[in-house]
Amino acid sequence: MNNNNIITIEHIAKIYQVGSETVHALSDVSLTIDQNEYVAIMGPSGSGKSTLMNMLGCLDTPSSGKYDFKGKSVSQMTDNELAKIRNREIGFVFQTFNLLARSDAIHNVELPLIYAGISKHERRERAEQALVDVGLKDRMHHKPNELSGGQRQRVAIARALVTRPSIILADEPTGNLDSKTGEEIMMLFNIIYEKGNTIILVTHEEYIAEHAARILRIKDGLIESDSIVEKRYIPNLKKAVENA
Amino acid sequence: MKTFLFEFKESMLIALRAIRANKIRSILTMLGIIIGVTSVVLMVTAIKGIDNSFQKGISSLGSDVLYVDKWAWFSNTDWWKMRNRRNIRIQDYEKFKEQAKLPLATAPVMNSRQVIKYGDNRVESVFLNGSTSDYVKTTNFTFQQGRFYNEIESKSSRYVAVIGSEIFKNLFPRGDALDKTIKIGGVNFKVVGVLDEQGSFILGSFNPDNQVFIPIGTIFKNFIGQHMGTVTINVRAKSPAMIEDTKAEAEGIMRNIRGLEYDEENDFSINQQEGLMENYNSVVGVIQIAGLFITGLSLFVGAIGIMNIMFVSVKERTKEIGLRKAIGAKNRTILGQFILESSTICLVGGFIGLIVAVLLSLMINQFIPTQVEYGAVFLAIIISLLVGVFAGLAPAYTAAKMDPVDALRYE
Repeated sequence: MNNNNIITIEHIAKIYQVGSETVHALSDVSLTIDQNEYVAIMGPSGSGKSTLMNMLGCLDTPSSGKYDFKGKSVSQMTDNELAKIRNREIGFVFQTFNLLARSDAIHNVELPLIYAGISKHERRERAEQALVDVGLKDRMHHKPNELSGGQRQRVAIARALVTRPSIILADEPTGNLDSKTGEEIMMLFNIIYEKGNTIILVTHEEYIAEHAARILRIKDGLIESDSIVEKRYIPNLKKAVENA
Repeated sequence: MKTFLFEFKESMLIALRAIRANKIRSILTMLGIIIGVTSVVLMVTAIKGIDNSFQKGISSLGSDVLYVDKWAWFSNTDWWKMRNRRNIRIQDYEKFKEQAKLPLATAPVMNSRQVIKYGDNRVESVFLNGSTSDYVKTTNFTFQQGRFYNEIESKSSRYVAVIGSEIFKNLFPRGDALDKTIKIGGVNFKVVGVLDEQGSFILGSFNPDNQVFIPIGTIFKNFIGQHMGTVTINVRAKSPAMIEDTKAEAEGIMRNIRGLEYDEENDFSINQQEGLMENYNSVVGVIQIAGLFITGLSLFVGAIGIMNIMFVSVKERTKEIGLRKAIGAKNRTILGQFILESSTICLVGGFIGLIVAVLLSLMINQFIPTQVEYGAVFLAIIISLLVGVFAGLAPAYTAAKMDPVDALRYE
């Protein structure tokens, strides 16, 4: 284990009981993710990729196996400890944005800082900076329903970045966007990656996964393949417009 | 601690936003609490108001005065048994007066209900008392005009009258009543005195301000025959501490006058304010318990309504709860948020209820003297807070215990 190591998973499994049936969502998965990696997790629905993502995001704990996050064992953590890890170490980006509808952009971005106990002044400053970073300088006081889909996802990304987390966990971030806007969002992720952040991208679309540097393919609760992308696709807005 | 404060502020903000976003729903939900708090405050205020006016009224009876009467005010003795008692006659009083050494003053009282007129003004069903000039010594009467009739007027059964403040107000709206001639049951009387206001009884029809006093001889001559009716003997002790001794003496003398053997029961009763007080307290106690139960019930119904709406609110915001948990809200933060929300609804409802209660009590004040007290205000706020916490507890717990994965996936 090197110092750059963020996530270490050894032989984890997740078993659900659905009625009388036992579902093995994850059977035996081991992997490590280092700092400043750009990993795409791919797999058809029902493959266990969502379960893996929830596990990586500390939203769920494995039934068996070992999960260390920055050297700390997550498997044995209480709800409160998990909440703290999610707050400090993980930035979530969801397919459906999940913004608070009644709050403006800046308040949405501030939210994780409130739970982290950051003072009002610093909160405001950091949230403003995060919104500037995603190109929403002029939209800070707009409510989600006054923003386009792409802008909403940018707010969500700002919210994920504002706590300076160890990993960004994006679950189908372009799933609800048209291809041009999706391309814009992928460009933004590229910039974030190049700044030194670690990104885990969950998707079922090949061309989205190709933006990443490493692709993990999941099938039937097992890792089918774990490969480095030879020629990473660097998003180009012009091309995206032509394709659309 | 700092985190807690931020979270509290955030929760407060969320609560207010949620309430504002669902205005109609919030108001409808609040209605239960508004009604509950209004009834609690009114209940407390009304009981206090009744209590005050009763205390004021009862003090006109005097805590150091005994009322020797054929009738007991309150007792377990059967009504027919008391009815069959011999009347107390004026002659009994004369003997009593001679023998009693302990009282400060004694006076016989004969009652009748009469109509009183002055010019075009009239008062129906006035409590007419016939007594001696000593009567005033058994009371704490003060006069706004004139005086009580004197011994000469009393002994010679003159046609003079002392009127209560309410009668004065009704007969003489313009003021001065002294030396005016009023008609009591058709007979002319000269007004020699007007009493100060004494406060009215709520229970029963007796109103000390609606009384008229005339010499006892005059009442016998004009309204009740000497052998009809029964006299009440008012006996005032020298001090409240002396009342038990005075009572014992009065009982002995009365038994003697009535010629009772040692094994015979008293065929008279000695009443005092204390008995009235006890009786009043037991009546008001029942009213209080009943009122408390009813208002408690309405608050409970209100609480259920809020609990219900909080469950709906939690369900509606499942996804939001999931998100908050995903970005680091702890279980207790979510718990606090929803309890705060229901408490806020209840507090706002409580304040509205309080305002309604104050307005209503101003209206009621026209009939019964009432005043909303600080205690009631405090009670209303505490109760609405408690109801809020109680109603929010179960829904908030469901929210706090939600699995973030399931909550995020909820559509």
